[in-house]
Amino acid sequence: MKKVFSKPQSLKPTVMHYCPGCGHSIIHRLVAEAIDQLGIQERTIGVPPAGCAVLAYNYFDVDMGEAPHGRALAVATGLKRVQPDKVVFTYQGDGDIAAIGTAETIHAANRGEKLTAIFVNNGTYGMTGGQMAPTTLVGMGSTTTPQGRNPDRDGTPLDLTQMLAVAKGSVFLERVAVNSPKNIKRAAAAIKKAFQVQLDGLGFALVEVLSMCPTNWKMEPVKALEWIDQTMTQVFPLGVIKDQTGYDSKGETA
Amino acid sequence: MTKRLMRGSHVLGEAAVRAGCRFYFGYPITPQNEVPEYMSARLLEVGGTFVQAESEVASINMVMGASMAGARVMTTSSSPGISLKQEGISYLAGLELPAVIANMMRGGPGLGNIAPAQGDYFQATRGGGHGDYRCIVLAPASCQELCDLTFRAFDLADKYRNPVMILGDGMMGQMMEPVEFPEPIDPASLPAKDWILTGAAGRPQRTILSLLLDPKVLEAHNYKLTRKYDAITRDEQDWETYLCDDARLVVVAFGTAARIAKGAIKRVRALGVKVGLFRPKTLWPFPYQPLGELARATRHLLAFEMNSGQMVEDVRLAVCGQGEVHFYGRPGGVIPTPDEVAHQISHYYYGAGLDQAAAVARRA
Repeated sequence: MKKVFSKPQSLKPTVMHYCPGCGHSIIHRLVAEAIDQLGIQERTIGVPPAGCAVLAYNYFDVDMGEAPHGRALAVATGLKRVQPDKVVFTYQGDGDIAAIGTAETIHAANRGEKLTAIFVNNGTYGMTGGQMAPTTLVGMGSTTTPQGRNPDRDGTPLDLTQMLAVAKGSVFLERVAVNSPKNIKRAAAAIKKAFQVQLDGLGFALVEVLSMCPTNWKMEPVKALEWIDQTMTQVFPLGVIKDQTGYDSKGETA
Repeated sequence: MTKRLMRGSHVLGEAAVRAGCRFYFGYPITPQNEVPEYMSARLLEVGGTFVQAESEVASINMVMGASMAGARVMTTSSSPGISLKQEGISYLAGLELPAVIANMMRGGPGLGNIAPAQGDYFQATRGGGHGDYRCIVLAPASCQELCDLTFRAFDLADKYRNPVMILGDGMMGQMMEPVEFPEPIDPASLPAKDWILTGAAGRPQRTILSLLLDPKVLEAHNYKLTRKYDAITRDEQDWETYLCDDARLVVVAFGTAARIAKGAIKRVRALGVKVGLFRPKTLWPFPYQPLGELARATRHLLAFEMNSGQMVEDVRLAVCGQGEVHFYGRPGGVIPTPDEVAHQISHYYYGAGLDQAAAVARRA
């Protein structure tokens, strides 16, 4: 009998701790599938964030090195500079990469570090219980914006990925979502491409993944899927933000 | 082996390279800019990597990543920059990662000034970062010793998988002295590390982490660290004594202050004042026991620091009530002269009647 579907080899056979309806488990799987497909499990080193995905080292079956909150791309820079033949990726949430770690992120991109960053944007600080994130939408409630995010008091959602586009060292930036099978397929292709960019030594690659947090959004999981399409993508539109890879549309090297 | 006349900042860089350091991550701050400048050129010559980071925070985290990957790695800064590195130093200790951090201290608190000072003793020896950890702290008092202790810093860091801080000051970084360097170490000849992240090829996946959510597991980790710190305390204390055999008063000082104190002691010795010097070379672990023994013999100690009184607390712990501990210090980047310290020594010595025969009798 032909096997048509199985757990990625780069994921451990472990039950994940994520809440029902959370997007992290899907994104973990997509990253692991990309590692499997590129045949790089034995030369990949991951750097998890502080946040809900801090326990990612329990799930990825690759070497993992923990970073302080926001510093994943600085830690990854050190790892990659010492072992340039390895594939180093970071997996970071919006608070980690776009608030406390903004400087590390912009400068890693600007140096053109040959790193792959997976940026999970769910518009909230999930692990600490749903406080306002840099990406929280205007009017969106959180435990620190009880009346909704007020631009006068709290500023507006930060589009970090657009900011990174002006850095010469970034070569591939794409925003995807994991709220539907169609979007998941696109996300899978983008994540694989972001690893390919590193393998080809082109420069900095980042995939921003819009992801559901039904627990802190206080929504039914199905409603959370719809909310990404109807509301979140209005502020964070999906698509390629920067592509200087020269690859053709299938993500293969030109 | 010929001696080379070099300034302290360059000595630190050259010694690091010769000790097998091929990775340096830093950020400019006065008075230690000559270190990153030297490393940026020197590492090119030996195929190493220099990155000028966007901040001290980023640079210590790059150090963390390079250490996870197995490299001998260093960062340097001065007081305000070292404050920014403290989070990373706590992580290095928790993750049990070797790294060398040099602090060429300047006046503080806050922005302070760029003059030589010793106001970061508490921060260095008590752990400026959070949590239950220790950082090995080495305090050189000359360019030659800076060279030697830099070699030792890398060895200690690897031996104990612990961050090591070289605590100098702006004076040490700027002054020029002849130095004889040891033969360079080829990094490839260093013992392989079996705990580093290299990609899980032909072995199970490896994780380097400090998040231990179960209190019992973290407690066990803390006890493991404690046993390591106990071993360091037992085996790695280092100090110098100078003219202590017949001393009725012992000055206790480290680094540049010890150097100034030596000049003062020479001056007053010529006048018949029986004074010696105890100089800790490891500030953590602090040599409590040898200083305590000296205190029981002499009964009179004068702690002298370029701050408003920090190491003096360790001196009191060493003496443990079995002697008189006095303090003289100049904070704020003021560099005391040997004459000034000589005056303080004489003032205390004669004031306490240590020139009288009775003082000797009390010792017996």
